Amino acid sequence: MSSTRTLAEAIPPVPNLAETKNTAVAGGLARLWERNQTLIPTLAALVLLFGMLIYAEVAYGRVFHAGTMSSLLISFAPTIILAVGMTIVIVSGGIDLSVGAVVAFSSVAGVMLMNIGIDGWASMVLMILFGALFGVIAGVMVQYFSVQPFIATLAMMFLARGLASMLSTTPIQAPENSPIHLLATDWKLIDGPKVNDLTITPGLIIAVLVVLGGMFYMHRSRSGRTVYAIGGNESSAGLMGLPVARTRVGIYIISGALAGLAAVVYTAEVGGKAQNVTGIGWELDAIAAVVIGGTLLTGGYGYILGSVVGVFVIAAMRLIITKDGTINPEYLTIITGGVLLVFVLLQRVLTRRRAS
Amino acid sequence: MNRVKTALRTPWFWGIVGIALLLLINSIKNPAYLALSINPTTGMLTGNVLDILRVSAPIIMIALGMTFVIATGGIDLSVGSMMAVGGAVAMETLRSLDGSSPIGAMFAAIGLAVVLAMVLGAINGFLVSVVGLQPFITTLIMMLAARGIARVVTGGQNTNATNEPFRLLANGQIFGIPTSFVLAIAIVLLIALAMRRTALGLMIESIGINPHASRLAGIRPRPILFGVYVLSAALAAVGGLFSVSEVMTVSVGGTGNLMELDAILAVVIGGTSLAGGKFSIVGSTVGALLIATLNKTVLFLGIPAAATPAFKAVVIIVLVLLQSERVRSWAFGGSSRRSSGPTRPAAEQGTPPVSKEVVA
Repeated sequence: MSSTRTLAEAIPPVPNLAETKNTAVAGGLARLWERNQTLIPTLAALVLLFGMLIYAEVAYGRVFHAGTMSSLLISFAPTIILAVGMTIVIVSGGIDLSVGAVVAFSSVAGVMLMNIGIDGWASMVLMILFGALFGVIAGVMVQYFSVQPFIATLAMMFLARGLASMLSTTPIQAPENSPIHLLATDWKLIDGPKVNDLTITPGLIIAVLVVLGGMFYMHRSRSGRTVYAIGGNESSAGLMGLPVARTRVGIYIISGALAGLAAVVYTAEVGGKAQNVTGIGWELDAIAAVVIGGTLLTGGYGYILGSVVGVFVIAAMRLIITKDGTINPEYLTIITGGVLLVFVLLQRVLTRRRAS
Repeated sequence: MNRVKTALRTPWFWGIVGIALLLLINSIKNPAYLALSINPTTGMLTGNVLDILRVSAPIIMIALGMTFVIATGGIDLSVGSMMAVGGAVAMETLRSLDGSSPIGAMFAAIGLAVVLAMVLGAINGFLVSVVGLQPFITTLIMMLAARGIARVVTGGQNTNATNEPFRLLANGQIFGIPTSFVLAIAIVLLIALAMRRTALGLMIESIGINPHASRLAGIRPRPILFGVYVLSAALAAVGGLFSVSEVMTVSVGGTGNLMELDAILAVVIGGTSLAGGKFSIVGSTVGALLIATLNKTVLFLGIPAAATPAFKAVVIIVLVLLQSERVRSWAFGGSSRRSSGPTRPAAEQGTPPVSKEVVA
């Protein structure tokens, strides 16, 4: 891509430093319109999402039910958290293949700590810190030793998975009284008839907060704009005096820490159980969500909310396949691959048009 | 002294050092580790070293294919799934041809497996060379899809079959050396000759360095790019055949699982830069042998097989750090006359692997 990158692509999104609060909304809309081309994949994902949900409702029923929706949201909360981290990494032009394995390590290590009597809350903080630690190593390798992101995080993937297996190859269970169970408490917002309740869990709230935090970081903070600049053109970003090194190491730390957080939420959701094989293929889900949501794999463009839509598309796809029951589970990966391919081709068409 | 320095600079020299170290560790644990003996019932040579050679054959195959893909500046993440496809097709064919001539059934199985994998490789090649998708994402999708195809081929089952000639691919011996290893080395030599006696290897490298410039120089990147993905898929299928012939069962979830990472690791150990532009067939073969030795060592030391990735991670971290300019300038900076000095060459900065794309 670097050789074909045009000037327009090389310039990172215009910083909105001059914006005041009053014009923020109007300016935001204008900017969205101006950059509508990069929104096309995200819009396509939205259309696809609603199409799938409506199809599922018509074909199988009970899709637009509070019960179905809340269980879907709750079970995909960890994926949402991972997708936010992955968006930041991919916008910077990198990739993080280690997230699934980091979830496994954090979750096994955290539950073990709880079992040997470490305070539950402290263990959860440590789980996030473990994730961040993998991020530090990957970030330092990428930034200071010029190791490609792909290979650095691949090494972290091996390391985290291997260490998790060293700790335990059998499922382990957090103690009954551990506070981690609190994160999976069902809060009934609307008590519907039968099982049609709108419920949320603290885990889901954490995911929503991560999305909001990610949006603030990427679209409103100085550091987030540096991420876009690095993804657009690293040397320009450096020449502009942006703190490339610090930001890039930070990106991988964020991604690792979010993987640790996803481990906390997931472990709570499955009742405090941790296993070394957790999270196999989750990095692919996260990457697929990010790509479906309209983030360019070459970096420089992308929206946090787009990735959330991407997660919903994947969730809706799984929903249809489960509800249908006649689709062989063997076809699941082929279908996921096909959808991913369509969106990558769409990206390709759009970037080619912009380049010409 | 200069020769020593050159050797130290040859990346796969460290691969050989690694193999020697691992064998040394094993020998310390059990002094008879390297010993060979003759199995009285089968009359064949047995020994840990021969085991290592046998399990290295599939890794050599996928590493060889990966070498050329990486040399063009791409990556093939689908090789592990291609192994599963190859194994699944072979097992299903052997099962359905059970009762006909075993040799014929074996060739039918091998042929079908390689052809189907080549068709999938051609899809990879088409998307990368004609459509211009990033190799990373194209093959990531194929990695998902091919694993699904392997499941569809066997109906989600772990198929097993019986066929004596096919079983001998991995379990037979030629002059005491496992057949699969002999075949793998023969394929390596054949392809090495084709690459280095013709301009093919050079063209692959030129595309990896600068696809635009090489096109201006009269090299057509499309057929070459297309070809490396087809070759990689075909070699992965052969690797899959070696792998399933050892146990005569294909595990649709397990065969070739995470093996793409082994292939990449082998190539990196062999000194091929992931940025593309050069390749070392010897290096990748040494890398594959190192991985096979590492796998066996971990098992031999009584560490659960599931923990092997951690060791591979340490190896890969050490190797990529050794290959990085920063570490080299620290290590050799005082004595060598490197012109690049302590900083990285500008060209190496900020080119993430996924951003490499072909000018179509």
